[in-house]
Amino acid sequence: MLLSRGLLKRHSVLPGFDLALGFALLYISLIVLVPLSAAFLKTFTMTWAAFWDAVTSPRVLASYRLTFGASFAAAALNAVFGLVVAWVLVRYDFPFKRLIDALVDLPFALPTAVAGIALTAIYAENGWIGQFLPFKVSFTPVGVFVALVFIGVPFVVRTVQPVLEDVNRELEEAAATLGASRWQTFSKVILPIVLPALLTGFALAFARALGEYGSVIFIAGNMPMISEITPLLIITKLEQYDIAGATAIAVVMLVISFVLLLLINSLQTWARKRQGGV
Amino acid sequence: MERPNTSRTRRALLLSALLGAGLPTLALAQSVTLLNVSYDVSREFYKDYNKAFLAQWKQGGGGELVINQSHGGSSKQIRSVIDGLAADVVTMNQALDIDMLALRAGMVPADWAKRFPDNAAPTTSVTVLLVRKGNPKAIRDWADVARPGVSVVIPNPKLTGNGRYSYVAAYGAVLKAGGTPAQARERVQQIFANVPVFDGGGRAATTTFVQRNIGDALATFESEVDLIREEFGDVFDVVYPTWTVLAENPVAVVDKVVDKKGTRKQAEAYLKWLWSPEAQEIAAQHGLRPRNAQVLARHAKTFPKVNAFTVDEVFGGWLKAQKEHFDDGALYDQILAANRR
Repeated sequence: MLLSRGLLKRHSVLPGFDLALGFALLYISLIVLVPLSAAFLKTFTMTWAAFWDAVTSPRVLASYRLTFGASFAAAALNAVFGLVVAWVLVRYDFPFKRLIDALVDLPFALPTAVAGIALTAIYAENGWIGQFLPFKVSFTPVGVFVALVFIGVPFVVRTVQPVLEDVNRELEEAAATLGASRWQTFSKVILPIVLPALLTGFALAFARALGEYGSVIFIAGNMPMISEITPLLIITKLEQYDIAGATAIAVVMLVISFVLLLLINSLQTWARKRQGGV
Repeated sequence: MERPNTSRTRRALLLSALLGAGLPTLALAQSVTLLNVSYDVSREFYKDYNKAFLAQWKQGGGGELVINQSHGGSSKQIRSVIDGLAADVVTMNQALDIDMLALRAGMVPADWAKRFPDNAAPTTSVTVLLVRKGNPKAIRDWADVARPGVSVVIPNPKLTGNGRYSYVAAYGAVLKAGGTPAQARERVQQIFANVPVFDGGGRAATTTFVQRNIGDALATFESEVDLIREEFGDVFDVVYPTWTVLAENPVAVVDKVVDKKGTRKQAEAYLKWLWSPEAQEIAAQHGLRPRNAQVLARHAKTFPKVNAFTVDEVFGGWLKAQKEHFDDGALYDQILAANRR
């Protein structure tokens, strides 16, 4: 319905719809679809049995669990604390606020390998933080989680921040005068407004974490069945010149990621609708 | 003679004018460019080697020559060459990678290793063990890192040549000492049960051992030892196992590329000079064992005599070793699976 309405919309107020749509489709095809379909095509060189073997061996299954589990957990943690950070940055004034604001973007810019090496050093058993922790972080699945939290932070903060800036303070004041408790104001007034943005931020952080290689590889320890992420297994296959096997795993990851992101996106649309179409 | 030359110059001028100053090599239309695609840690050696080679090349009237380098993980580099990176020569640290170039793309003949002396490997190294200063765990041989309670850092054999050589060294050492394949398997199984971290690269494993202070020993190439010492100080001892593997660093001219570019003469001369005493000396200074006996004798202190076997001798070549030990589901995967039980 939505699609057909969009395609049939001929007389828009803005000119150049056809051209823009054509360009957008071409651009997405060239940049995203063509390389991805190359990956799909490569898997067609395998028999179905070989494909199934490649993507369901116990080691690969263990890596899906770690990759998707740790990515989900990291994105969830970032959704909670990213919201807090965004809230603080928007609502409060304090010294060095601009500096802190700029720091949020650092994980975007830092080469991931640098992040990985730094995190490994800090969380190793002789590291600044690692020596005080009762459990091991570097070279365990916990390390993977820590790295993914690090790279995901800016996605949540940067998507939620502008929405929070637009939230009308009068709404909160109105809620307060009407006798709402602080919790009610937060859960019934503010959260519904930021929820779509928060879900977007979550989805971005989650998607980024799924594909992350550079930083994780240093901190994970890469123990088979325990702390191997799926991208590592893809590289492992490539090292054995098993290009078809590598793309097979990549395709499975791609499909699962796509389905999950689609799900999160429709959740977000639902949240936006419920809120009354902002 | 006059005409084609001037027209070529004019064309070059036109081209460089069109493309701007961004591609300075174009201005030297007559100069020949060679691309040496190599593995990661050979950067420093080839920097010095290229300088020395070019000096003698020009002295001998070889004409203008520019040598470009590309470094990276070895199998990634070979994949790039297969996919079209125009390498005139490849210089690797494992024959398997060049075998792949022959097998997958036919870019070098299958008998590439016979086209130069010494298995086409001008330099070698051996896999050694680094232990903590003073050797507190008394590690003298592969058997010692197989003991329970000892931990040894080995880079991931699935990802790194360094890791594969370490595995092969430990396995072959048992066979060389008269053991059976079953005993060899048990030995590597015990050793890999003692590996706390599987780093994705040789240098990353070094960092884990030296800086993270993880493991009682680190398996790595002898050629890395000086570099590690320069970087981190004299915080470890080097242990030469009774038997270890000779890591050969093979080189090959990429036929398909040089025939197209017309650079065969230069490419062959470039690789051949690796065996010259001067080049062997440069290699020795970079921690690579020279093939030249006199140069080796001069550096006897750096390169003590070791009992080293080749992969060809014990495993029947890298292709076979890869298939029987490192492919998915092969012996290495089996011992890891057995260790988890």
